[in-house]
Amino acid sequence: MTEQLRAYVNARLLDPASGLDQTGTVLIDGNKIVDTGPHLFPNGPPPNVQVIDCKGYCLAPGLIDMRVHLPEPGGEQKESFETASAAAAAGGVTSLICLPDTDPAIDNVSVIEFIARRARETNIVKIYAYGAITRGLEGTELTEFGILSEAGALAFTDATRAIADTLVMRRVLSYASTFDLLIVQHPEEPRLARNGQMTEGEMATRLGLAGIPAVAEVMMLERDLRLVELTGARYHAAHVTTAAAIDVIRGAKARGLPVTCDTAPHYFTLTDAATDGYRTFTKVSPPLRSEEDRLAVIEGLRDGTIDVIASDHRPQDQDSKRLPFVQAEPGIVGLETLLPLTLALHREAGISLLDLIRRLTSAPGSLLRMKEGRLAPGLPADMVIFDPDHEWTIEATELKSRSKNTPFDQMPVQGKAMCTIVGGRHVHSLMG
Amino acid sequence: MPNRRAYRCLAALADASYKQILMANPLNDAGLHPPRMHILGMEGIPREEIVTLLDLSESYIEQSRQHDKKSSILRGRTLINVFFENSTRTRTSFELAGKRLGADVINMSVSASAIKKGETLIDTAMTLNAMHPDVLTVRHSDSGAVQLLSEKVTCSVINAGDGSHEHPTQALLDALTIRRRKKSLEGLTVAICGDILHSRVARSNIYLLNTMGAHVRLVAPKTLLPAAIEQLGVEVHHNMRDGIRDADIIMMLRLQTERMQGSYVPSTREYFRFFGLDRDKLAVAKPDALIMHPGPMNRGIEIDSELADDIHRSVIHEQVEMGVAVRMACLDLVTRSLSRNDGEDAA
Repeated sequence: MTEQLRAYVNARLLDPASGLDQTGTVLIDGNKIVDTGPHLFPNGPPPNVQVIDCKGYCLAPGLIDMRVHLPEPGGEQKESFETASAAAAAGGVTSLICLPDTDPAIDNVSVIEFIARRARETNIVKIYAYGAITRGLEGTELTEFGILSEAGALAFTDATRAIADTLVMRRVLSYASTFDLLIVQHPEEPRLARNGQMTEGEMATRLGLAGIPAVAEVMMLERDLRLVELTGARYHAAHVTTAAAIDVIRGAKARGLPVTCDTAPHYFTLTDAATDGYRTFTKVSPPLRSEEDRLAVIEGLRDGTIDVIASDHRPQDQDSKRLPFVQAEPGIVGLETLLPLTLALHREAGISLLDLIRRLTSAPGSLLRMKEGRLAPGLPADMVIFDPDHEWTIEATELKSRSKNTPFDQMPVQGKAMCTIVGGRHVHSLMG
Repeated sequence: MPNRRAYRCLAALADASYKQILMANPLNDAGLHPPRMHILGMEGIPREEIVTLLDLSESYIEQSRQHDKKSSILRGRTLINVFFENSTRTRTSFELAGKRLGADVINMSVSASAIKKGETLIDTAMTLNAMHPDVLTVRHSDSGAVQLLSEKVTCSVINAGDGSHEHPTQALLDALTIRRRKKSLEGLTVAICGDILHSRVARSNIYLLNTMGAHVRLVAPKTLLPAAIEQLGVEVHHNMRDGIRDADIIMMLRLQTERMQGSYVPSTREYFRFFGLDRDKLAVAKPDALIMHPGPMNRGIEIDSELADDIHRSVIHEQVEMGVAVRMACLDLVTRSLSRNDGEDAA
């Protein structure tokens, strides 16, 4: 056993779960963490330990990306388990949770088992899955929450479709709370958003594109919160983007409701102005919002209203994007840009590194009741070593993802994963 | 040969300001294709360029009124009218404009079925491009589709209407019609009335009229106005009498009957009562106010039938005539950018 001992020394340890932010060492044995801390090996590691010098870089739990569209089965031309895993590894993501809007949808045990088998075969990063809330994501009949959950579904969502029918949503929440399961909603009133291409406003008017009013988000959220109050279910609002929605969640949390939410980097980095020129790479669902909303998202992250940052990785090939805006599919690839875009909030909005890393690790981990997301003895050695100051330029063509649909091409950023460690294995390393 | 002086001055203009009227190609095409002039929209087009285009159009009005309407400026050039959306008048207008300048003109209607066969817009663009046309005029039901197509071809592209975005030649022909009647656009009050939300004509007119110093008012029920439209520099009215009071020009827009199903307005009867133009409402406009309509009209829905035919007030048929002249000027202008690239002189 002893030859598998490895010490990562000279690292700035960031463990949001314990509040640790200090220079120190992590000792792992095979695939598990043995110990961590500033005072490990005061006289240097013993000779039977392999030593890795982290050069003062940050060492944090591996990132958990709780919102990834991995379109296999059904959309392998856009992304496969292999390409998504390579992208995740390059981005410092050690666990990703894929959404159920595959074809066929993840609404039965055999698809969950397919995902688990493909994840084992690929064996680069850890891949988990959501179960669909309703069969075929059609918003009417419930899937087998209990059985799917036993088979490995971490939580339930209909991906980018809201459960529009209020009675169905009530039953969903009520039934899920029976098993204490988390329901993840795409908060958008679909009838109000019908045919909409981008956020309603001056840019949509100039481009002659049908708008989605920003209130479509808070409307669905307010309805759902009433149902949460009625049923006591655990409810998570995916990718919140508007000031009004964040205010409502802030209020709900203050009232003690079991409510959480996440956002994605593009919502605190870009606004609808980026769509000028009909750039289909800026087409996302929910759409990019106004500057006031963008600032409200940052404020929500600062004050803790927004619990999680997820990439909302949604690969689209050229055939899905090189189209008139109305016909183009929504989505941005995000696994490889999640970390640098999030770290920009440290420099530009003054949010502490530990607070930002929490949104990428322990927060999604505890929300989904995973063991990952912390640096603690006995836990899986899933870690990322990153240089928060490393300057580089995002190049779409260099992305590991099979699809290159990023609006951040040629954007200079700071912060890069130097080494990604999954169960003690280095799945990505720039440390030489 | 029309006005030689204007001709030279335009060529100089084309050299100097590619990035604007030319709306030259963004992105990575710069190195691949020779620079070409496109006319994709009126947003951002400076005043001098609009004036130059209108001046050039004037000379083509005369040509179209002669017994021999044909010149040879575009001789040897190929114009393809690519219409992804049905249109009779705009297509005919471009066709005549091309033929009167001596170009070979092909009309191509890309039916919905071809699109269903899986051919994408870009495939269509590449196919057409391989036939070496000099100019494509393109109409498409999706906003932005014409710009996308223009980025993929090596010829010049003129937007003949894209979704709810722009219809630049319509705005130019409206401007030409107004200028001939009122001498100048500066200081005029123009009321644009009707379905602004879905109207590319309204957007192009707002940009052009604002640039030319006119005062633009919009009149529509709130359901037919896009969000934040006042940011485009217009005064918004929901009461038609307030909106057209003392106006010099009243532009009526077509209300498509599908809008009744979309809950935009309850009925044509109600629409006509509050937003249709009749003699009673017209009385509050200036006594010499002109009535315009981009066609095709819905008589009795947005405009009183008799009023539409009143030759003292309505310039609707004049607009159609100006349309041909303006399109001749646009074709003339864009092909000059090609001439330079060919290394030959069209003159």
